[in-house]
Amino acid sequence: MQFLIDNFPLLWDAFLTTLSLSLLAGVLALVLGTALAAFRVSPIPPLRGLSTFYVETFRNTPLTVVFFFIIFGLPQIDFSVGFFTGSVLAVGLYTAAFVCEAVRSGINAVSAGQAEASRAIGLTFGQSLREVVLPQAFRSVVPPLGNVWIAMVKNTSIAAGFAVSELTASMQRLSNANAGELVLVLVAVVVGYMLITLPSAYAISRVERRVAILR
Amino acid sequence: MSGVDKWFGELHVLQDIDLSIDRGEVVVVIGPSGSGKSTLCRTINRLESIENGEITIDGQQLPAEGKELAKLRADVGMVFQSFNLFAHKTVLENVTLGPIKVRKQSKADAEKRARELLDRVGVGAQADKVPAQLSGGQQQRVAIARALAMDPKVMLFDEPTSALDPEMINEVLEVMVGLARDGMTMVVVTHEMGFARKAANRVVFMDGGRIVESSTPEEFFTNPSSDRAKDFLSKILNH
Ligand SMILES: Nc1ncnc2c1ncn2[C@@H]1O[C@H](COP(=O)(O)OP(=O)(O)O)[C@@H](O)[C@H]1O
Ligand SMILES: [Mg+2]
Repeated sequence: MQFLIDNFPLLWDAFLTTLSLSLLAGVLALVLGTALAAFRVSPIPPLRGLSTFYVETFRNTPLTVVFFFIIFGLPQIDFSVGFFTGSVLAVGLYTAAFVCEAVRSGINAVSAGQAEASRAIGLTFGQSLREVVLPQAFRSVVPPLGNVWIAMVKNTSIAAGFAVSELTASMQRLSNANAGELVLVLVAVVVGYMLITLPSAYAISRVERRVAILR
Repeated sequence: MSGVDKWFGELHVLQDIDLSIDRGEVVVVIGPSGSGKSTLCRTINRLESIENGEITIDGQQLPAEGKELAKLRADVGMVFQSFNLFAHKTVLENVTLGPIKVRKQSKADAEKRARELLDRVGVGAQADKVPAQLSGGQQQRVAIARALAMDPKVMLFDEPTSALDPEMINEVLEVMVGLARDGMTMVVVTHEMGFARKAANRVVFMDGGRIVESSTPEEFFTNPSSDRAKDFLSKILNH
């Protein structure tokens, strides 16, 4: 116990780093992923193509490679980002592809009649998406987006390999220095991740119930 | 519309359609399933594009894309067989969405007008419910109010009563007859002969993507000139 108390500041910092990495990447992924999904169903073929290209590229590239590309590749073309920012970008851009797929399946689940009716009263494509289709799509998309979020929180651990002192990095550091306390360190780190994912899972199921619509 | 052709792939759904509708006229479109009635309706507000011919409303050619097209659609009301009310919005919001977002009315003005229209179609008491809480007949009347809120120049009805239980058909038809009496220009796809007799100026009979016959309701129902119309009428009359 004394061991944990002694190292609490380090673990707490690491926890906050994982949390902020997750939140920032999550916002980036949600905004970009939704925009990509809108592109994907838009009437403009180049936008659809762009979105498809993006999703297929990021979905089929290992996240570690995305990290390498952003943190070590971009400086080659004179575009340097710090380790933390680079990690936010890597996780966010990568996860956007999965958000796009989840939102797109939600859009497809909204009956075509809804979009037709909104066009029939004179809404533009963008208005129809914003006012009618997306609000309904998000409702059916809450559970799959929740899964994407939880997977993303765990994926932030890859940042440990890129000099970001988040939870997994703290685990490596503490267990190297204190081999005898390995189990304790592991438990502490797992608890750290669960402090983020478990309340999320609870919040997601609450939201899911709140937004369920009568059909 | 003149010389309109439409294909779905290999299928020639609309074949050289000529149809002109006067202001205030009520045209009933009738014909066997698959004859292209819905498609005809949907080309009028360009929910379906056409390959040949031209469609003009009030002297204006239908724009192909974008904001211009949206503006035109705002002037053409459409009522669908399956209602298509916005499932996540209340009845009142369904009716005010277009006026607020497209006509840029204030929320207060739009709501006032919406309540008047909902009263007019007899569902004023349901304004704060969501569509799923309403019966089919009530939903369809809300859909009519939603279209009316845009002050359309013409209203299109695609089999507005076919998805309804028999006891609800009349409440919807009555609203439509009222509209016709008030001088609304209407294109109505329906097999309700009572409505055609009461409200229509003209009956257009379609078969196989063509307009086969166009006459007054009286003439059409008592003495159709084409064999295909006779055949069709005998089928719908005998069940
Ligand atoms: N989106 C579509 N794609 C392909 N074929 C279609 C489509 N919509 C309708 N059709 C076909 O076009 C024909 C006419 O359909 P429709 O206009 O719905 O007829 P109606 O309303 O008179 O029953 C039918 O054969 C139908 O199968
Ligand atoms: Mg039809």
